[in-house]
Amino acid sequence: MRAGDVVRVAGRALLRNKLRSFLTALGIIIGVAAVIAMVAIGEGARARVEQAFASMGTNVLIVSSGAKTASGAKAGAGTLPTLTWDDLRAIKADVADVKFVAPRVHTTGQVVAEDRNWLTVIDGTTPEFFEIRNWSMRLGPGLTPEQADAGAKVVVLGQTVAERLFGAHSDPTGQIVRIQNVPFQVVGVAERKGQSAGGGDYDDVVFVPVNTFLAKIQGGLQKFIPGTIMIEVDSDDLTTAIGDKVAALLRDRHAIAIGGEDDFAIKNLTETASRKEESTQALTMLLASIAAVSLLVGGIGIMNIMLVSVTERTREIGVRMAVGAKRRHILLQFLAEALALSLAGGLLGVSLGLLAAERLAVRFGWPMLIRPEVIALAVGFSAAVGIGFGLYPARKASRLDPILALRYE
Amino acid sequence: MNRAPPWDAGALLDQSPHSATAGPPGRSRALSPRREAPALVAITDVTKTYRMGDFDVHALRGVTLRIEEGEFVAIMGASGSGKSTLMNILGCLDRPSTGEYLLDGAEVSSLGADALAETRSQTLGFVFQSFNLLARTTALENVELPLVYTGMRPAERRRRAREALERVGLGDRLHHHPSQLSGGQQQRVAIARALVNRPHLILADEPTGNLDSHASLEMMALLQALGDEGITIVLVTHEPDIAAHARRVIVVRDGLIEEDRQTEAPRQAGRSAVAPARTAAP
Repeated sequence: MRAGDVVRVAGRALLRNKLRSFLTALGIIIGVAAVIAMVAIGEGARARVEQAFASMGTNVLIVSSGAKTASGAKAGAGTLPTLTWDDLRAIKADVADVKFVAPRVHTTGQVVAEDRNWLTVIDGTTPEFFEIRNWSMRLGPGLTPEQADAGAKVVVLGQTVAERLFGAHSDPTGQIVRIQNVPFQVVGVAERKGQSAGGGDYDDVVFVPVNTFLAKIQGGLQKFIPGTIMIEVDSDDLTTAIGDKVAALLRDRHAIAIGGEDDFAIKNLTETASRKEESTQALTMLLASIAAVSLLVGGIGIMNIMLVSVTERTREIGVRMAVGAKRRHILLQFLAEALALSLAGGLLGVSLGLLAAERLAVRFGWPMLIRPEVIALAVGFSAAVGIGFGLYPARKASRLDPILALRYE
Repeated sequence: MNRAPPWDAGALLDQSPHSATAGPPGRSRALSPRREAPALVAITDVTKTYRMGDFDVHALRGVTLRIEEGEFVAIMGASGSGKSTLMNILGCLDRPSTGEYLLDGAEVSSLGADALAETRSQTLGFVFQSFNLLARTTALENVELPLVYTGMRPAERRRRAREALERVGLGDRLHHHPSQLSGGQQQRVAIARALVNRPHLILADEPTGNLDSHASLEMMALLQALGDEGITIVLVTHEPDIAAHARRVIVVRDGLIEEDRQTEAPRQAGRSAVAPARTAAP
């Protein structure tokens, strides 16, 4: 029997019962569409998380001070200043593979322009901070190391603050804003960062040099950093190792005995990001496996209809056998029908799934991410379902006794 | 006893198996030493027992039968006599419980399902009482069906099918579906289908059972014409009127051959209904 004949016979049998064929394939169509759409949702969510973490800076370690203990209750990290400026310099000098180190102290406060004002986060930091966060200036030169060292009264506005104080399309560089009655000259507006992973607004912030912050906005102890140290390391796979090195250095500098508790905390953003990613990946897997169950149900539908078809066409099978069809010819014919049903369903399902994924992507405002291997997998899986669930009916057909089949009413 | 069939497909497709000179190759090689002359069908002491619930049904109780090439044989018997079982065994649709069946010199009684299918494909043609054509399929494609399973090229298949339909007088109905044809025409399509693979033996199981008397006569005329061309035909019927057209009548009763007689002057069904047969023959 020629391949062309197998295809022709199968195609004709399916087209003879168009509605039935379509309804049978519908199970597969929905299953495949669901797999494609669900994986797209998962991937989209993952991309969102990735984006959020990338905007926080990659390969970043955040070192915060220890916790204050007040009448037995431990306050959160950073409540007890333990990190010193010397610590920061030591990290910069002694730990290899560290790219940038920046302090960050912050408070909230009112920022006042000529006729408007806005309550926002005031960050004190150094120019390295913008390197660590991969944050460039939209307008103006931004903070320079000289201004930072000199404690100049200059400020970089976040996009949101710039809009609130000066309107959406203005250039506030060179303008004066007042923070706690101290006039600051605007030297830049930072590029828009967007939403944070937690839903906050990254752009609702202003930056001043850390020395200026300590001198004019919120004083602190001379020796200690009343905030955190941000560290960017050279490459992704080094973050954990560098984190350990920084920890060892700080324990040494703070003279903590072996077995003693750290008086600081190191947060590894890469680790957090990958953990977050893992959880979204788990979500994707969950969604995809639920969708795969519907594919399985579709397969059972195919098996059901193929069994009906074998019974209906018992006489035809008998005739084919009488005129010389071998078992494998009959087997092949019914397998080809099941395969054609599931493959057609798979391809239709892919188109439907892509459509659904696109709509969802637009709806949730995340990138539409369809990996070609997901499509290949879905189509391959539906073909496997067709063969898997078509095999039993086809085998049943091929094992018919031609005499009984010919006599079947 | 599991000998391979002595003929090969290529040789068969290229020569007319029922011509007087071209016997199937290898006939002598496969010949049983006990036989004095080659026979197309030689069954010896064949029995067939079915298990029906708690008891055995002895459909055939020891049948020995030889059919020479070119014979036109009618097998008669009441229902339950075992004639259908005999037909199924002759047609390689069923295997005997015991006994020997040499078809065209080759032992076929112990072949597996696929080898039997191969034998049917190469050696046999079937005509059934209920026509058994594929519905919603043209006459041409119905006739092509046996050739599909030989792997023949579509163009060649089509040519042979058209030829066979012309031979049974349906050259103008090639693209009709069975539902558009009369019973007699449908049965002629079935005969064309039986002829298309150039079989050694045509088995017709009550071919006139669903036809009116006029169409039955036409059918017998067609079968007689094919018989005159040298095609071996075995016909199963329970109607004496139909059996009277055969040159030899075998009566089966209770699983045994009760009577085996030659008819001196078979009834002639007349040739009017038949297309010019000889000229269309391959």
